[in-house]
Amino acid sequence: MAMKGAIVVDIEKCKGCGVCVANCPTETLALHKEVNGKGYNYSYMANPDTCTGCTNCAVVCPDTVITVYRVRV
Amino acid sequence: MAEKILMKGNEAIAVAAIRCGCDGYFGYPITPQSEILETLTEMRPWDETGMVVLQAESETASINMVYGGGACGKKVMTSSSSPGVSLMCEGISYIAGAELPCLLVNVVRGGPGLGTIQPSQSDYFQAVKGGGHGDYKMIVLAPASVQEMNDFVDMGFELAFKYRNPVMILSDGIIGQMMEKVELSPMKPRWTDEEIKKLHGSWATTGKDADRNYNLITSLDLDAARQEKFNQKLQAKYREIEKNEVRVEQTLCDDAEYLIVAYGSSARVSQKAMELAHEEGIKVGLLRPITLYPYPTAQIQALLPHLKGILTVEMSAGQMIEDVRLAVEGKVPVEFYGRAGGMIPSPEEVLEAIKTKLVKK
Amino acid sequence: MIMDIKDIIKPENLVYQKTSVLTDNAMHYCPGCSHGTVHKLIAEIIDEMGIQDKVIGVSPVGCAVLAYNYLEIDWQQAAHGRAPALATATKRLYPNKYVFTYQGDGDLASIGTAEIIHACSRGENITVIFINNGIYGMTGGQMAPTTLPGMKTSTSPYGRDTSTMGFPLKIADMIAMLPGVCYVTRQSVQTPVAARKAKRAIAKAFRGQEQCKGLSFIEIVSTCNSGWKMTPVDANKWMEEHMFPEYPLGDIKDYLQ
Repeated sequence: MAMKGAIVVDIEKCKGCGVCVANCPTETLALHKEVNGKGYNYSYMANPDTCTGCTNCAVVCPDTVITVYRVRV
Repeated sequence: MAEKILMKGNEAIAVAAIRCGCDGYFGYPITPQSEILETLTEMRPWDETGMVVLQAESETASINMVYGGGACGKKVMTSSSSPGVSLMCEGISYIAGAELPCLLVNVVRGGPGLGTIQPSQSDYFQAVKGGGHGDYKMIVLAPASVQEMNDFVDMGFELAFKYRNPVMILSDGIIGQMMEKVELSPMKPRWTDEEIKKLHGSWATTGKDADRNYNLITSLDLDAARQEKFNQKLQAKYREIEKNEVRVEQTLCDDAEYLIVAYGSSARVSQKAMELAHEEGIKVGLLRPITLYPYPTAQIQALLPHLKGILTVEMSAGQMIEDVRLAVEGKVPVEFYGRAGGMIPSPEEVLEAIKTKLVKK
Repeated sequence: MIMDIKDIIKPENLVYQKTSVLTDNAMHYCPGCSHGTVHKLIAEIIDEMGIQDKVIGVSPVGCAVLAYNYLEIDWQQAAHGRAPALATATKRLYPNKYVFTYQGDGDLASIGTAEIIHACSRGENITVIFINNGIYGMTGGQMAPTTLPGMKTSTSPYGRDTSTMGFPLKIADMIAMLPGVCYVTRQSVQTPVAARKAKRAIAKAFRGQEQCKGLSFIEIVSTCNSGWKMTPVDANKWMEEHMFPEYPLGDIKDYLQ
C-alpha cells in the first residue's frame, strides 16, 4: 500500500533555508522562484505527485513552518 | 519577654534566616563572614524547615543561584565580604534589572583589592551608588548591633518582596564578629508552593499553569523605547521607596548645636564620643541612618536650623559624607573624620575631631 | 491514481504539525539555524510528556538569549555563562520540576566553564542542552573555545593557530568523567534521522530527571551558517565533514535506565 502526502508551508514564516529541500527523499520540494514578504524564496511542492508525507521536511525545518498530511492509497 | 542568647553577629544572621522562613542560602566562604555559612550547615535547617543551604563554587555562582531562587518567588539570600561582593555586582545588577526579591549581606572588610580582613565601611559607594552597571538601587540596611543583624533579616525579606528589589544588609567585620545578647525573632513557617503561587504567581517561574501566560524573568529588552519606559518604572519604584522606607535613629538631636552622622560600628563609637562631648558641655547630637538607601536626607535637613556644624564619622576615606553634603546643600559646614584600611576610630579621636573641626575653640 | 491535494489536506490526514508549546512568534534566527530545530524538539518533548506546567527553562546570553520568545514555558534569562547556577537553585527549590538550561558554546564553554563544571560536579539533577557551532554567533562570528584548528573567524581571520590561540575545548568529554553526571551524549539535527535521534536523547534526559541520578548533558553539534559564511545546506555538509571528526556523535556516558 502506497502513501500519498501533501504539505502546507506557512509561506510568510519560511526563510527559504533549503534544508527541507535537501532532505526531501522524493524530490518533491523546491524553493519557489517567487519570494515572500520578507524576500525569501519559500519552500513549496514543486512535484506534488511524488510526496509520500514522510514528514522529513517538517522534522528538519528550523522554523517549524511545515504541516504534513498523509493518506493511504 | 523572650529569652536572650549570646551570639556573634554572623551567627545571628544565620539563625534569623532559618527563623524567618528563608528558602535558600547560597554562599561562598570569605573572612570575616564565614560563620554565616558555617552556622547554617551546622544547624542543618533542611531537616527542620526544608531550607536549602548550598556552598557554591564562587561568589559569582552564589549570586546567580540567588537570581534563580528569587525568580522562583522563594526567599533566598547570600552573604559575603567586600571582594566577594565585588564579584557579585554583575549578578546584583541583573537581579535589580529583573526586579527580583532577595537578601544580600556584606560583612565589609577593608579594601581596595584583597585589602585586609579587618572591619571597614569602605563599600558604602558600592552598596548605595550602584556597584554594578545601570541605573539601579538596592535598599541598604545598616545594623549597629547583633540584635539588628537578627532583626534586619526578616525586615530585609519583607522589603525585598514588597518592592521586588534586592535588599542588602551592609554590616562590617566588627558587628559580624562581636558577641551580644540577642532576642530571637519568632519562628515563621516557610511559604508553601501553593502560597508562593498565590502571592507571586503573577511573575515567578513556578511552572506555567494552563490558566496563565508564561512567566519570564529577564532584564533584557532590545527595544530602546520600551527599555526607557522600564527604567522610568524602576525610578518610580525608587521614589516610592524613598518616600516610605527611610529609617533613622536620632539621639539628643533636638537641641544639638553640633551633629555627628554615622552608621553601623562608627555610630557606636560616635555614641561614646557624644557622651564625652556632653561631659565637656558641647551639645552634640547623633544621627544614625539605618537605611543608607533610601537616605535620611529630610531628617538631616530638619535639624539644620539649629546646627552650627556636622561631623561625618566613617571607617572609610569619606563616602557617606557626600550624601550628607547633598542633604545640607552648603548651609552648615560638613566635616569628616575617618579611619581606613581596617582601623577603627576611637571615641577620643572623634571627640578631638568635634573640637578641632567643628567647635574650633 | 493521482489524488487531488485538497483531498489529502484534511484534518483526519494530519501527521505533523507545530506543537502548541511553540509560540507563534517568528524566530529571529538566521535561515537554516540549528537553534530553531532544537527548540522544536524540546517543545515537542514537553508536549508529549505533558509537563508544560512543570518545566522551567534557563536561557543564556548569545543568539538563544531570546529562546524565551519561542517556548510557552516559564523562563529565566541568565547572565552570560551563569545558567547552571540559576538552574541549580531552581531545581533545589523546586525538586519536582523539570529544569533545563539552553546554552551555546560561547556561553557554556568559555565564560561559563566554572558554573557548568561545578553544576556537574555537584550532580545537579538538571538537563543541559549545549549548542556547539564552534563560533560566537550573536556578536558576529568571533572565535570560540570550540573553534576548529585553522578555522577562520572574525577574531582568527587567518585561521585558528593552535600555537597561540589554543585548542578546541571538548566540554562533553571533560564532564563525562565527573561522577555527578549521569548522561552525556553528542547529537546533531541536520537530517531527519539525526533530529529524531537528538529528540530521543533530549527526551531521555528530561525523563532522567525523575531518576535523580545527576546532571544530563546533551551537546548538539550545530551550524552557524552566517558566521561560517555558507548557505545553510553547505553549512550542514561542512559540519559533517569538519565538525564531526573533532566532535564525534554518540553517547559518551549513559547511567540512565
